[in-house]
Amino acid sequence: MKKALSRAYMALIFLFLYAPILLLVFFSFNSSNSNVVFDGFSLRWYRELFHDSEIIGALFNTLVIALLASVISTIIGTAAAIGLQNYKKWRQKAIMNVTYIPVLNPDIITGISLLLLFVAVKIPGGFLTVLLSHITFDIPYVILAVKPRLRHVDPHLYEAAQDLGAPPLSAFFKAVFPQLVPGIMSAFLMALTLSIDDFVVTFFVRGNSFSTLSTVIYSITKRKIPLSINALCALMMLCVLALLIAVNLFDKGKTKNKEAER
Amino acid sequence: MKSKVIAVPYIVWAGIFIIVPSLFVAYFAFTDSSGSFTLSNVARIGEYTHVFVRSILYAAVATLFCLLFGYILAYIMSRLSERAKSVSLVLLMLPMWINLVLRTQAFQNILMDNGMLNKMLALLRLPESHILGTPAAVVLGLIYNYLPFMVLPLFTALEKLDISVIEAAQDLGASGFNVFRRVILPLSMPGVYSGIIMVFIPCLSTFVISEKLGGGKVYLVGNIINDMFNQNYNFNVGAAVSLVMMLIMIVTLVVFSFLDDETKEGIL
Repeated sequence: MKKALSRAYMALIFLFLYAPILLLVFFSFNSSNSNVVFDGFSLRWYRELFHDSEIIGALFNTLVIALLASVISTIIGTAAAIGLQNYKKWRQKAIMNVTYIPVLNPDIITGISLLLLFVAVKIPGGFLTVLLSHITFDIPYVILAVKPRLRHVDPHLYEAAQDLGAPPLSAFFKAVFPQLVPGIMSAFLMALTLSIDDFVVTFFVRGNSFSTLSTVIYSITKRKIPLSINALCALMMLCVLALLIAVNLFDKGKTKNKEAER
Repeated sequence: MKSKVIAVPYIVWAGIFIIVPSLFVAYFAFTDSSGSFTLSNVARIGEYTHVFVRSILYAAVATLFCLLFGYILAYIMSRLSERAKSVSLVLLMLPMWINLVLRTQAFQNILMDNGMLNKMLALLRLPESHILGTPAAVVLGLIYNYLPFMVLPLFTALEKLDISVIEAAQDLGASGFNVFRRVILPLSMPGVYSGIIMVFIPCLSTFVISEKLGGGKVYLVGNIINDMFNQNYNFNVGAAVSLVMMLIMIVTLVVFSFLDDETKEGIL
């Protein structure tokens, strides 16, 4: 009885969370332009999606910004996490407090404060301001993902590598870096998803002509609701689902390997 | 490994792109369009008191409902088998990865007068609802968007809970309710506090959800800021409103991290 009740409860909550999205996906196969009346199956909206230069252009911008921002923020953030260890405790603490600001600030505050900076130094909104903003909100997450990994690295490893004749740089890359790779990878993926997902910060700093996927969706749905947006949503969900399953399988593979090692 | 220099690019970056912009918010809040000092922007906040009160109220109600429904869900999930746990976690996280604008649009479609909600109500022979454009729709939209953000920290806290502690309480004769109130709830408080922070702050600052589901009739603090920066181009008043919002956020954070520390000390 108790078990049935909790099953029913879970089902209801997940229905609440999924019904809107699944309906959106369902209507992406609608042959007419309606989000409420289904007139028959067609792939019309998927065709229109791929011919919509506004959306495809925005998709391209989103991917370029997300890739550049996550690569740059992973490099700067990882370097920062490693370098910060050698600072005095109170300085580390002060810098980490500043690092928490973009994490805790509501997006809208991050967005307008960066906008005010760009306005004050007269950088017009566009590719550059969006990229700089994305790097800014990505770096703290990179630092927070890499920092805990560093604690598990044995500092003597680096010294040992040098004692055995490795120059400092290759001692770092051969002895320390491989242990950081999982942390750096998850930091990179985190930055990538944050960038792709961001709407609010981009919306404020983008200026008049530069748009990403999220800002295009926002302005399109303000005017009319074309079902090509639904098709886009369906494809995005498919990508996310594939990614989540891949990560899950990867994790399982890892634990199995670990068990095998034992 | 011993080099301090490699952290310098970030420190410079944080100075330019984190500290300076925050100072600019304060600078714009206390100056007029010509750049001279004024208190008039801050004084104008008074006009918006009711919007602040409304925003805090809606965010608080949405947070409360998220806590209530989220707690039960997190508890059920924490008692599942390992396999079911990871499946339900993936199911919970999937909607979080879909763009906020898209999610809100999807929710709007459901609530429309000829949408799925009314079709279901008709099927059950219940009266039609015209919820879109009301505060209820906005609060419902907030819950829909941020419920997963509440469940995750609660789940993490509840999953760590040692089952033998609950069994011990039961063995000592505690009733179901007392086990919850005296054992489970206190031990899960860190998850409750971080869940509240994760939901309350984005709810307080939203403008997309109130715009899409409020039909232009539900005006929140986020909408003031959006209008000031994207329509009226009155950056100074916008900055003043943002400054007050930052203050509310800081108070929330301080209160809840203080409470969190208290409970941790209580447990140890």
